[in-house]
This record gives sequence, C-alpha cells and structure tokens, in this order.
Amino acid sequence: MASVSMTVNGKAVSGQCEDRTLLVQFIRENLNLTGTHVGCDTSQCGACVVHVDGKAVKSCTMLAVQANGSEVLTIEGLASGGELHPVQAAFKAHHGLQCGFCTPGMIMAATDMIKRHGGKLDEKTVRDELDGNICRCTGYHNIVKAILAAAEEMGSTRQAAE
Amino acid sequence: MGLEGIGARVARKEDKRFITGKGRYTDDMTVPGMKHAHFLRSPHAHARIRSIDASAAEKMPGVVGILNGRQLTEDAIGNLICGWMIHSKDGSPMNMGAWRPLASDVVRYVGDAVAVIIADTKAQARDAAEAVVVDYETLPLVTSAAAALEPGAPQIHPEAKGNLIFDWEIGDAAATDAAIAAAAHVTEMKIINNRLVPNPMEPRAALGVYDEAEDHYTVWTTSQNPHVARLVMSAFYNVAPENKLRVIAPDVGGGFGSKIYIYPEEIVCLWASKRTGVPVKWNSDRTEAFLTDAHGRDHVSTVKMAFDANNRITGLKVDTIANLGAYMSLFSSAVPTYLYATLLSGQYDIPSIHANVRTVYTNTAPVDAYRGAGRPEATYLLERTMETAARELGVSPAELRRTNFIRSFPHQTPVIMNYDAGDYEASLDAAMQAADYAGFPGRKAEAASRGKLRGIGMSCYIEACGIAPSAAVGSLGAGVGLWESAEVRVNAVGTIEVLTGSHSHGQGHETTFAQLVSDRFGVGIDSVSIVHGDTDKVQMGMGTYGSRSGAVGMSAVVKALDKVEAKAKKIAAHLMEADESDIVIENGELKVAGTDKSVPWFQMALAAYTAHNLPAGLEPGLKEGAFYDPSNFTFPAGCYICEVEVDPDTGKTEVVQFVASDDFGKIINPMIVEGQVHGGIAQGIGQALLENAYYDPQTGQLLTASYMDYTMPRADDLPSYKVSTTETACPSNPLGIKGCGEAGAIGSPPALINAVTDAISNNNLTMPASPHRVWELLNPAH
Amino acid sequence: MYATNYHRASSVEEAVGLASEDAKYLAGGQTLIPTMKQRLAAPSDLIDLRHVAAMQGIKVEGDKVRIGAAVTHAEVAASAAVRGVCAALCDLAAHIGDPHVRHMGTIGGSIANNDPAADYPAALLALKADIITNNRRIGADEFFAGMFETALDEGELVTAVELTAPAKAGYAKFRNPASRYALTGVFVARLGDGSVRVAVTGAGSDGVFRQSEMEAALASNFSADALSGISVDPSNLMADLHATAEYRANLVKVMAKRALIAAG
Repeated sequence: MASVSMTVNGKAVSGQCEDRTLLVQFIRENLNLTGTHVGCDTSQCGACVVHVDGKAVKSCTMLAVQANGSEVLTIEGLASGGELHPVQAAFKAHHGLQCGFCTPGMIMAATDMIKRHGGKLDEKTVRDELDGNICRCTGYHNIVKAILAAAEEMGSTRQAAE
Repeated sequence: MGLEGIGARVARKEDKRFITGKGRYTDDMTVPGMKHAHFLRSPHAHARIRSIDASAAEKMPGVVGILNGRQLTEDAIGNLICGWMIHSKDGSPMNMGAWRPLASDVVRYVGDAVAVIIADTKAQARDAAEAVVVDYETLPLVTSAAAALEPGAPQIHPEAKGNLIFDWEIGDAAATDAAIAAAAHVTEMKIINNRLVPNPMEPRAALGVYDEAEDHYTVWTTSQNPHVARLVMSAFYNVAPENKLRVIAPDVGGGFGSKIYIYPEEIVCLWASKRTGVPVKWNSDRTEAFLTDAHGRDHVSTVKMAFDANNRITGLKVDTIANLGAYMSLFSSAVPTYLYATLLSGQYDIPSIHANVRTVYTNTAPVDAYRGAGRPEATYLLERTMETAARELGVSPAELRRTNFIRSFPHQTPVIMNYDAGDYEASLDAAMQAADYAGFPGRKAEAASRGKLRGIGMSCYIEACGIAPSAAVGSLGAGVGLWESAEVRVNAVGTIEVLTGSHSHGQGHETTFAQLVSDRFGVGIDSVSIVHGDTDKVQMGMGTYGSRSGAVGMSAVVKALDKVEAKAKKIAAHLMEADESDIVIENGELKVAGTDKSVPWFQMALAAYTAHNLPAGLEPGLKEGAFYDPSNFTFPAGCYICEVEVDPDTGKTEVVQFVASDDFGKIINPMIVEGQVHGGIAQGIGQALLENAYYDPQTGQLLTASYMDYTMPRADDLPSYKVSTTETACPSNPLGIKGCGEAGAIGSPPALINAVTDAISNNNLTMPASPHRVWELLNPAH
Repeated sequence: MYATNYHRASSVEEAVGLASEDAKYLAGGQTLIPTMKQRLAAPSDLIDLRHVAAMQGIKVEGDKVRIGAAVTHAEVAASAAVRGVCAALCDLAAHIGDPHVRHMGTIGGSIANNDPAADYPAALLALKADIITNNRRIGADEFFAGMFETALDEGELVTAVELTAPAKAGYAKFRNPASRYALTGVFVARLGDGSVRVAVTGAGSDGVFRQSEMEAALASNFSADALSGISVDPSNLMADLHATAEYRANLVKVMAKRALIAAG
C-alpha cells in the first residue's frame, strides 16, 4: 500500500491505496468524487479526463502514485463560487450533452483546449482536438458549437461554427 | 406556447448536475459493506464445461464467494427469456433454447458467463478469477447466420434443429411473384446490414442489495425500463417477488436499445447478494461491453423490386436471414419481423409485398434492438434498392421516389401498417432545397479539380414509433402491453411532480415533460419535477425505447393533466363562485373568463389540501393518474441527402454535407429534437462508414472488441449537420407527436452509401465503406 | 492490472539501479499502463522517470538537436526551437495520439517500446538520429531492431535523442480509423550531406523500415514526382483486420508523396 498526497480542487488530500490503483480509482473511490468517469479500458474515450498540474490527462492512464504531490483539477472543481465555468455554461446553453456520461471529460478537455489555443480555435481545430474524447449521443455537433461559443466568451476565438 | 411551454427551445433542467460532475450513475452508488463482482467468462465460442474448480481461487485474498450455474440451479433461478412469441409459417412456435444466467453445461459464445467471483475489491475479484480452473471441451462453432443454416453446421441449441429459430413470412407471395413475372423491369440486389455494437458511453452496471431483516431486494441497474426489469425478474427469473423487489435505474449514460434487456449480471448480483449476505456491485469494462451487450443489425437479404413501364413499383420480394446470436434476447424475435418487414413499403405505394425471414442461432453475442431496431434494416434495403433502380432505369433518384410516393392518408400497406398521416414530397422538397441539389454538378466538378470524387445520395425513410397499441402487439405475440402510465401530483403549495414510467437516459425528459405542465398551467418548469426510474416511486411503466416517450409517455401525462385540470377548475370555480365551464387557466392563475376574477394556482392547490372549502362531495387533494394505450403506431418520415468526397488515393470518404428534413409531428423542444437527430445521424454515419463487429469465423473471437479495432465515430469523422423539420399533425395521439429518437440512425446509412457509390461509380459496396474497402473497389486489380 | 511496486527515480543512476529483470521503466505510461490494465504486462516494479531532471529539456544549438527522453510529445510539438530547424518533427509530435496522450507520452518511451505503428521511430530512422542511453550512443539504424524490439540491453535506459537538423523533411500518415495509430506513416528526409532517407512505420511486418528504392529515386530529385514510377512490394508488409498488405503498399507510396509535399 502506498500513501498518496495531492491537492485536488484546491484542497490537500491524502489516502492509502495499492500501487496499482489508477488515479481515476483514487478520485472516485477514495475521494468519492464520482464526476470523473471510466468509459473504456484502452485509454481512448476520454470520459476520465482531469487536469494534472494544469494539463489535461487521462486519469485512467496514470497511477495515483504518479500524481503524488501534484495539483489535480476535476469536473467538481471547475465552477468557482457557485458560478459555472464558461465552458460548463456553454455546454448547457448549446445542448452539448445528452446522457451526460462523457460530459465531464469533454468539458475538462475543452477547457484545456481553449487554454492552449488562445485565439486560434475554429471548427476544424476543435474537431481534431476532440480526438481523445468519444461521445455517442450528440454526434458532436452541439459539443463543437459549445466549445467555440465558450472560446469566444472567453475572448479567444476568431471564428464560430455555423 | 409560453416561454417554457410546448415548442419552446428551453435549456435542460437536468444539465446542471451533469456539467458539474454530480450526476448519479449506477457505478457511483456505494452502500455499506459492498463487495465487488467479477464475471469469469468463456474464452471459447462453443464448448462443453467438464468441470469448474474454484478451490484455489476461494483462498485468494479478499474473496467472499465464488458462485456458478450449479448453485443458481439449486436456488431455482429461471432462464432468461425472449418476450415476443413468433410462429413460423408452418404454425409452429419459435424454437427457443435455454439461456442460463451462468452457463453450467455448455458455453455458446465468447463472453458467456460461467462463474461470478465476489471479493473486497474489483482487482481482487479479477485476480481470483484467474485462479478458477474451468475444464472446457471445445466444440465446432459457427458465427455467420448463413453458415449456421448449412447442412452439417454445428448444432448450438438442441431445441433449434439446424439452428433455425423460426421461418416466418408476411405479405402475399403469389401476388408478389406475379408482379415480378409481369414486370417491365426488376431490380435485384443482395443487401448486407452490418453488425454493430451499441456502445453507450456508460458501460452496464448493477448493484444488488438483499436486506435479510425485511426480506427485501434492491437493485440499481443501468436500465431503460426498470419496471419491465422488475416484472421479468420476479415473474420469470424467480429472483424476488415483485412486491419485495425495488429496481432503480438512476442516471443512465445512454442506452440506444442495449439497456432495454435484462442481462445475466443484474440477476446474478441480486441473487448473489442474498446467497453471500453482502451487497454486490458489478460494472462492466468496455471489453465486456463489446462481448456481452446485445449487438444490433446483422442481416443478409436478397431483394427483387418490380416496376411497370411507368416506373411504378408493382411488387417487392424480400428474403432475409437474421443472426440472433447465441441466445434469444428479450425483444430479439420482434426486431427482424414486426419492426422490420412491416416497414418494407417505405414511403411508397406498393401493391404487393412478400418477405420471408429466417432467424438463426450462431456462436456470437445475442442480437437485439439497437437504435432503430429493424427499421434501419428495412430502410437500408429499400432505399439502396430505389437508388439502384433509378440508376438502372435512367431516371433521377428524386423522380423515381416522387413517382411512387403515397399521397393519400390513411394508407393501408400490404404489410400490416396503416399510415395515418404524412407528406413525403414536402420533406423531399425541403431537403433538396437545403442541400442545393441543383448545384451538385458544379460542386462535383470543383471537387474533381482537387482530385476528389464527389457523390450525392438520398434516402426517404419511414419508421413506426409510439409503440404500441397493446391489443395489436399482443395479437402479434408480444408478452407485454406497450401502454404508458403517468401520475401528476400537485402539492399543497402548487408545485407539481410528474411520475412517469418513461425513463430518460439522455433524452431530456426532466425538461420536456415539465414543458407539458408549464404549457398547460402556466407554471415555470422549475416548479415541476419529473420522477422516473424507481419502481418504489412510480408504480408501473413500460420504459423508453422505440421513440415512444413522447408519443406514448407524454400522452399518459396529458391524460393525467386533463384530470388534474378538471378538478382544479372545480375547486377554483367553487372558490370564486363561478361556473367551472367558465374557468380558464393562464399564467399560473385560474380565471373566470371575461371577468377580472382570478385565483392563483398555488391558492387553488392549498385549498385542495386544506379542504376547508371544497365543493360538496369533492375529495381533498389534487393527484391524478392515467394509463395511455396508443390507438396506432406513429409514422415519422423524412428525407436525408448527403454529399461525400472520396480521396481516390486512400479510399477515405469525407462527409462534406448532410441535410436532414424530418416530419416528427408536433415538437415539444426543438433544441432537444435537433440533438436527437444529430446523434442518430452520427450513429448512421458510423454504421455506413466506420463501424463493424467482426467475429473470426474460425475461432469465434470478436476481433473488434475494443476501440482499438471498432471504429467509434469521433468529432473529426463527422460534419456539422443541416437539420430542419416539416410538420404534419399526427392524429393518433393527443399531442400530435410522432417521435424523433431513432430517425437519424434509420434514414442516414442508405443516403451515405448511395452517395459513396455515386462518387466511385461502383454499386458493389457493403457497409462500412472503410477506406480500405473503397480503395479496393477503385483498384480492382488488387 | 496485476499488483506492482512503484518507485520514483530522481536520477538516471537511481533509475538504472532500481532496474531488474521483471521491472519496467515508466515514462509517460500511455502504452504501458493500458497494457497493464489489460493484464498483458505484469512488471513486478515500475520505475517512474518523469522526475529525472537529466532526461528533461530540449536543446537546439545550430543544427544540433538534443531532446531529453522524458520530453513529452506536447513539448516537442510546441517547441519553437525544434520548429526552427525541423518542423516535420513538431508536426509529427502534434499528431501522436490525442491531446491528453501528448501531455504524458514521451519520446523516450515511444522509441524504447518501438511499437510497429508508432510515429517517432520513422522520424528518428529517417533523420539518422542517435539514441543516447545511460552508457552508450546507438545509431537509429541499429537501435530499431524489429517489431517491439530494440538494441537496448536489459535495464539500459534511453536518456536522450540527438540528431542533426535535415535540409528538408516531411511526414505524412494515414491513421487506423479505430485506434488512430499509423496504419502507414512515411517520414522523408534529405540530410545535410545530401543523402535521402525514407522510413516507413505502421506498414512493415517487422516494424519500422527504410524504403531504399524510394531513397534512390529521391537522391537526384527530392520531389513527389520522382516516386511516380515506383511500385511498392507488398510482400513484407503487414496484413490485418484493417488493411491488406496491398493496401498498405499503396499507402506507403501515397504517404511518401504527401510527406514530400509537406517537406516543400
């Protein structure tokens, strides 16, 4: 068993887990933050995306012990002071979700994408950058719209969809 | 309509919990003392189990118990069933083989469960599973339905000789044969509808809890229809009596049909909880989902379509072999029969139709309804044939369709269905205009200048939703009625709870059902709560599938609202000393028409519960229930037009334009309807271009058992869609709703393949049109 | 995943000291962890390299490029210094996996695994890179020794990659529609000495390989036109569920042409 300490959503947390415990298991089972999901076992669907030290990663493809000492941001920590993050608000406004299962990973991927691309998001870039996130409900149409709208809202896009 | 009423583009009430990570899915549930289950599954497609030795595994760390089919039999747990009886054309009932929740003598597909290991952690259960020794004697296997019908094919179930489950027909064979014999032209095709894996993003899960003190059972499960699950688990599987069994389907992450059925795992978790004395949770990993979720489609058909000299269809003859996999899943028999062959008239006036369907056991995962369920297979067959016929006859695809459209309603087809309303030309015109059909030659030439092969294809689909009139489906073999229930509870402060037997797993019922109430009473949707998915809260219901929640589920709500409205008016009239026929409800007030007298909604509700001043003889309270049984199916229809560009160097197809024009009747929330169409089209594009479940015919292994090998549509595989609607009123239910959940997946595959075959000038293409396959057609030397 | 023991190394020496027959180095983990999750690998110990300072960092001096083995794909993709001398390498890195994978996956991990469908082996082979380990320098021609095989000894650790910027280079790949790995990828390079190297990934039945016929054709004319007469022999190419050898042979040629166009 390993002792793991990290900062999750701004709070210091620690816990015991096996070395083989994945970060997503630690988040869901030890911390009871169940917003981060597992949708595949081959590290492709992206339902588990969280930010570790400011970067989007798949928490199903990282051991909890690897994140020892890191800063982790999950979907539960994205809204601040009761205010939705602009990406969260855009997903709601543009109907960018249906069953909601892929949504936390999508939103965490989208916030990372907008941050990295600054002013250069267009529809093609958004679609290319969603390579690591699978949605079965929406056909992506409204997810793409929501991300472009959020990017614009956050003052960093040139061109909106449709 | 009001800001939040019928027709309003309202953002969804349920979104907040999903976008903040507070959704509650089955795998998020924990209860004290909970242990974890891992299912040991057969690695063989067909084998006899000689023995199972779990003695070493039982001593592994954390193991609580290991159970197999023998113990299941000891406790008299029943077989899984198919709930729709089909009779062969010789009158004999379908040949259903036994499906044990845990196989005890023979395994029939890779993934068949043989034992369950329960341990403190999931990892420990999986560790121990590797120490269970199962001695298998492998048997010959068969994966394709056609091969399974060959003489000498491996026999899969003793009950189904030659692996034939039933040999069924519909329509008039003699009249159809005569039409073909007399035809001016006959288009003949072989049509393969590729096998798909539904892949809702939330894998299946179950948490079974037995409370010994109360002798009570609770199961949380990823179900589209928790009440049907409760009924079947008690009536057929003998897991628990219905009054002691609570089934909860909390937030469910997509279903697309695959979560209708009651699978072995939820039965075993519940039973194992009693047997071991601990709560037992299982959640599927994606590989298990590929292996064991019910698959979809998998038809091989031949078709002959006869035309007279005026290009009018005179007859349609279809022969279909449908692969139902190793066991008959809950609705599997209905999909290739009453959900398929009854739609073979499409949008066309066809005087004679005959279809013969043989369903077959194979050593593959069970096949059942997947988004569209039978209707995509019918539409693909018909619309590929229409397109091919147009090419053979040298007429435009649109003109051939127009020539044959049904134009007066109601229309009785030769295959049971009675279409109530529609305007197919309106959809076709709208789609052609949105697609700038006339401008296609210019776009094709421009693409050619870039070295790309551009093609255009269309599809005019019809489907049957709103399933279904109970007596009608009962006469066709259904084991249940397909009505829906609703209860509307007005609280003492005027807020409202609607209990429904429909289940939302992405469709947005918490919003759209509230819009109905808002529209009726002028209250905000925030004062309306929708309760669903828990058999302890909602008494009974038939669940969500077949695009039925609007047409059937909402109709039940409307009936209950009618009753609430009538009583509310009685109370208000009494309070204002007016005649109840003069009371109107507007903006949250009950008014006396033509006066300035009014009572706020909440005050009327309070009066109902204080009961200090009610009309003589009126019961206190304000709560009404209703059951709604539809009078007919509904018939959404539309036209899809798609343009593709094929890269001749690689064979890769890019969808460059996709236009959908749908007639869904009345629409409650256009934003949600558009979302349903988007998602359906994406799954249709997936079927046409990307997805294919492939079993190795030698080993019976599913070679596409993960996202490494099964191509899930990603954002960069898909275009933005141009969707719009036309509207003909649906006379068959009070709201005029037709249903929109499946249309996208039904109408799109033939449009895609018609476009790709147009682009490459080669009609010999089977789905999926993968780059490799298209390249081979373009380079026949290879 | 089977039980394992995790170790976090802070230096190359410590990492090498922890190595044993059943242990594995854990770089970005984007292939190793999925493999372990499927129980297809069962290392007794994992030696985490992400905190070894000496394996970090990109250094470009003139036409000499040194990339630490623990540098992520995202870092290479975003490196203005590398882009200045070999943009093809940045473009390649920018299309490995997906954004989340690129935040974790490393160049050292990729080449040490030598997956037959990975991108980096094609680049390093075409660029005639040197692979630096804890105790030696290995030329790419020697390093990539067949499918999932390298010249690394047991416990030997890749610490950096060094290369000389080419005169021109380009990469094009056709992705497996499902996995998004390279179904076929071709890296073309004209080196500073004028020699041309063409390396193919995803297609070979024994991993990354050089396409000598194309190299010869391109030596005098480094353009897509020079390949028009070449027909690629499918006999040593991979055939699987996703593509026949013939289709891959076609893709080798098509991707080579596109790589040449990208090279400019």
